Amino acid sequence: MDELRLDGNAAAGTLGEVFSFEVTTAHYACENCGRADRIGAAMVYEVRDLGTIVRCPSCDNALIRLAHNRGRYWIDLRGIRYLQVEDVAE
Amino acid sequence: MAVQLRRILWGLAEVIEVVPETPRTKSLLLEVPEWEGHEAGQHGDVRLTAQDGYQTQRSYSIASAPEDERLMLAVDRLDDGEVSIYLTDVLMTGDKLELRGPIGGYFAWEEGEGGPLFLVGAGSGIAPLMAMIRHRGAAGSDVPTRLLYSSRSYEEIIFREELETLASRDGALEVIHTLTRSRPEGWSGYDRRIDAEMLGEVGWSPEESPLVFVCGPTSFVEGAADALVRLGHDPARVKTERFGPTGG
Amino acid sequence: MTEGFFSRGFLGRRRSQDTELPPGQYLEDGFPVLSAGPTPRTPQEEWDFSIVGEIDEPRRWTWEEFSQLPSEEITRDIHCVTKWSKLGTSWEGVSVDTLLEGVETAAEYVTAFCDGDYTTNLPLVDVTGGKAWVAFAYDGEPLEPEHGGPVRLLVPHLYFWKSAKWVRGLQLTTYDIPGFWETLGYHNYGDPWREQRYWGD
Repeated sequence: MDELRLDGNAAAGTLGEVFSFEVTTAHYACENCGRADRIGAAMVYEVRDLGTIVRCPSCDNALIRLAHNRGRYWIDLRGIRYLQVEDVAE
Repeated sequence: MAVQLRRILWGLAEVIEVVPETPRTKSLLLEVPEWEGHEAGQHGDVRLTAQDGYQTQRSYSIASAPEDERLMLAVDRLDDGEVSIYLTDVLMTGDKLELRGPIGGYFAWEEGEGGPLFLVGAGSGIAPLMAMIRHRGAAGSDVPTRLLYSSRSYEEIIFREELETLASRDGALEVIHTLTRSRPEGWSGYDRRIDAEMLGEVGWSPEESPLVFVCGPTSFVEGAADALVRLGHDPARVKTERFGPTGG
Repeated sequence: MTEGFFSRGFLGRRRSQDTELPPGQYLEDGFPVLSAGPTPRTPQEEWDFSIVGEIDEPRRWTWEEFSQLPSEEITRDIHCVTKWSKLGTSWEGVSVDTLLEGVETAAEYVTAFCDGDYTTNLPLVDVTGGKAWVAFAYDGEPLEPEHGGPVRLLVPHLYFWKSAKWVRGLQLTTYDIPGFWETLGYHNYGDPWREQRYWGD
C-alpha cells in the first residue's frame, strides 16, 4: 500500500546504524533518472523486519537497499550515482 | 543542519513520567543518559523486547525542545497498536525503554534558520512541530510563526493549553485550529479537513517564502504538500514527515 | 549495548505457539502486507505474462488468454521469513506446470520478474511438479493489489518472499541469479523447515 511509504528521514535510524554521517541530509543523484535531491526527501519503504528501501520520488528507482541480518549489514547503493556529504571538520 | 558524527546506537532511557494529554494521547517524559542533544523536528526510535526475545520498534517524534531538561515523546493510543498500547497503558515511572536517536536532520528547524515558519499538523503530527515551537520560545526567537493544526475534536487537541498560553503571550505566534469531527458549542473556527483553500488563507504567501513543515498521517501530508506546491510554494522549502497510515 | 534487556510487561501481539509450524514461526490471524515499493497498477489491457530466457520460443499470454487457462484451487500453509505463518490459506491459480507444458529447456533455474523491480530466484524443480502456481484469487476473491494482484507467484513450500507479488513472468536461466532479497542477505533457497532465512544458514 502506498500508505506504507514514508519520508527519507524514516530510514535515518537504520542508516545511522551503518553510516557515521547523517545520510538524510546528504545530496544524491538518481542513477536512473538523474534527479538530484537530498535523501531525506526520498521515499522510504521500511519493510518491517526485512529491510529498508529508499526510492527516488521521481522514478521509484531503488536508491538505497539495506538489510540487517545475522550480524551483517547488506547495503546496495547502485541506484545512486553519487552521494555528497558535508565535511564536518571544515 | 545537525551533522551526526558517529553511528547511532541503542541506549536505555528511564521513564520519569507518563502524562495524559488527551483521552487518547499520553506524553512520555524520559531521562536519557549520555543524550547528546537534538534538533527540533528529529525523532527517536523506541524498541520493545518481550522475554522470549521478540522485538518490535517504532519511531516517535521528539516533542520537547532541545533546551528542555527531559526528552518528551507524544504517543497516540491506537486500538490495535502493539507498541502504542504498551507505551500508554503499561509503561510507568521507573521503567526502562530502549531508545535510539536523535535521528533525521532533514525534518528539523533551528531558530537561526529564520522564517517565516508555517507549521501544518494533524493529530499526533503535532509532536515535532511542538518541539519547534518550544525551541523557538526557549531561544527567545521572534520568527513569525503560524501553526495550522487539525484535530478530530476540541478535547483531542494535544498540548492545547500550552499552545494557547504561548500564543497569547507572543504576538508573532499564531495558532489556528480546525476540528474535523465534532466542535464545541459556539465554535467559530474551521470545521473541516485541511485543504488548499485553508492553507492559502492561513499560511504565508509564496512570495513571503516561508519554511513549511507538514507532519501527520501519510495521506494527510501528501494532500497538504501537494496543495502547498500548487499554491506556488517552493518544494525545497516544504518539508514533510509522514507517520505512515496510522502513526505508530 | 543492552544485552539481556527486556521490556517489563511487554507481550507483543498475541502469538500462539503451534508445534505444527516450522521452527521460529508463530501463527498470524491477519495477513500482513510487506512492501518494498509502490503498489504497481498495470492496466489490464497492457498486462501480460511471459516465459522467456532459455526457451526456443518465448510464451506470452494477455489477460484474456491467461484467464482461459485451466486453474485449480490450492489450500496451503504459508510462512514468512519475518516469522508469521498462516495455515490453510486458500488460493486459485494456474499451475506453473501448465505454463511450462511442452517446454524443452537446459535451464535449471528461474527468475520471477515483476512490475516494479522485484525479482526472486528458484530452482526450476521447485516450481514444477505441482509445487507452484501463478495465483489470481485469494480466499475466493480476486487478489488485491496490496497482496500482489492481479497475479502473484505462489510457492508455499518456501519462505513467502519467493512467492513474488505482481509477477509478470518467469525467466528460465542456466545459472542462478540471486534476486531482490537474496542479494540483501536472505537465503538463496529458503526452506522454512530447515529455517533457511539468511545466507549461511
